[in-house]
Amino acid sequence: MELFIERTGEKKTLSFNGTAENLLKEVGINSEEVIITRNNEIITLDQEVREGDSVRVLSVISGG
Amino acid sequence: MKCKKCYDTAIIEMPSLCKSHFTEYFEEKVKRTIEEFGLLEKNDKVCVAASGGKDSVTLLYLLKKFGYEVEALAVNEGIHGYRDHTLSFLKKFCDDNKILLRIHSYEEETGKRLDKMVKPGSPACNTCGTLRRHVLNKYSEGYDKIATGHNMDDESQAVLMNLLKAQKKIFYRQGPKTNKVKGFTQKIKPFYFLREKEIMVYSFIKNINVSYTECPFARLSYRSKVRDALNEYESRHPGTKERILRKYLSIKHVSQPKAVSLCSRCGFPASGYECKACRIKESVVSQA
Ligand SMILES: [Zn+2]
Ligand SMILES: [Zn+2]
Repeated sequence: MELFIERTGEKKTLSFNGTAENLLKEVGINSEEVIITRNNEIITLDQEVREGDSVRVLSVISGG
Repeated sequence: MKCKKCYDTAIIEMPSLCKSHFTEYFEEKVKRTIEEFGLLEKNDKVCVAASGGKDSVTLLYLLKKFGYEVEALAVNEGIHGYRDHTLSFLKKFCDDNKILLRIHSYEEETGKRLDKMVKPGSPACNTCGTLRRHVLNKYSEGYDKIATGHNMDDESQAVLMNLLKAQKKIFYRQGPKTNKVKGFTQKIKPFYFLREKEIMVYSFIKNINVSYTECPFARLSYRSKVRDALNEYESRHPGTKERILRKYLSIKHVSQPKAVSLCSRCGFPASGYECKACRIKESVVSQA
């Protein structure tokens, strides 16, 4: 899975299969601060992300 | 997760709605806030305080969509590596959507940019807030209202911050619109009841692709700590932010304690003609 975390600019390849909620727990991000897209579609926390997906964790905070 | 209105896949959990039902919900909520709190009249000339971030750009988009006569007013604080980026996005957005944009800077007001005015590492937000209000007010003369992109996150944070710092004087000044005061353009907040996350989802759906930017000074602010704590709380107890604002609005208009009068029986301070103790005494005596 290709993972991009907008706030830190991090891009990494991850072997992860599970819900978006668990993915956020794994990278230590509060779900209230972000939206998650899978292959460019917004998904809810209960949806699965897996091998081959492109997942983006987009920051909600604008701060100004 | 399924949409609670149809059986399509939901794109957000709070409220759990699909793309088209979320769009409908979001736009209705803005309209209802405008109506319920009397934020805008049909013929108002309104300028949006636009930073180029997703909240203010989405607000410009929606007010225009709703048919209001809208213009954009931007403030360039002078923060290296931050505002230039959001302003160039704003210029393009306004160009594409035929919205008049005016930009004024702290430098033209004071002779200095914000990052030259405050020491590196010191929270700049107070100075910045004061100057921003000044510039917005100055250049919104002739408009009926200034609309800002403040959302439920901003506003619930503000209520909490004022409580935590016991700032009684400004505690009562929050809300979806400011009072009419001579010399100040009235400010309105159509996103008062929408979470920052909901605005992000809406702007994503509408292809308002504002890239992520966080003011470098904001990271150091007290507000950012309150924000993180409140987000933590919201994700454990969904609805917290909304409850804070509803409760706040319900107590906001409670008038200040009335001038204290004196009890006609014992002479101690009382809220009415007689004090509570004397009323109790009287009822005990009458029962005996
Ligand atoms: Zn639906
Ligand atoms: Zn008395």
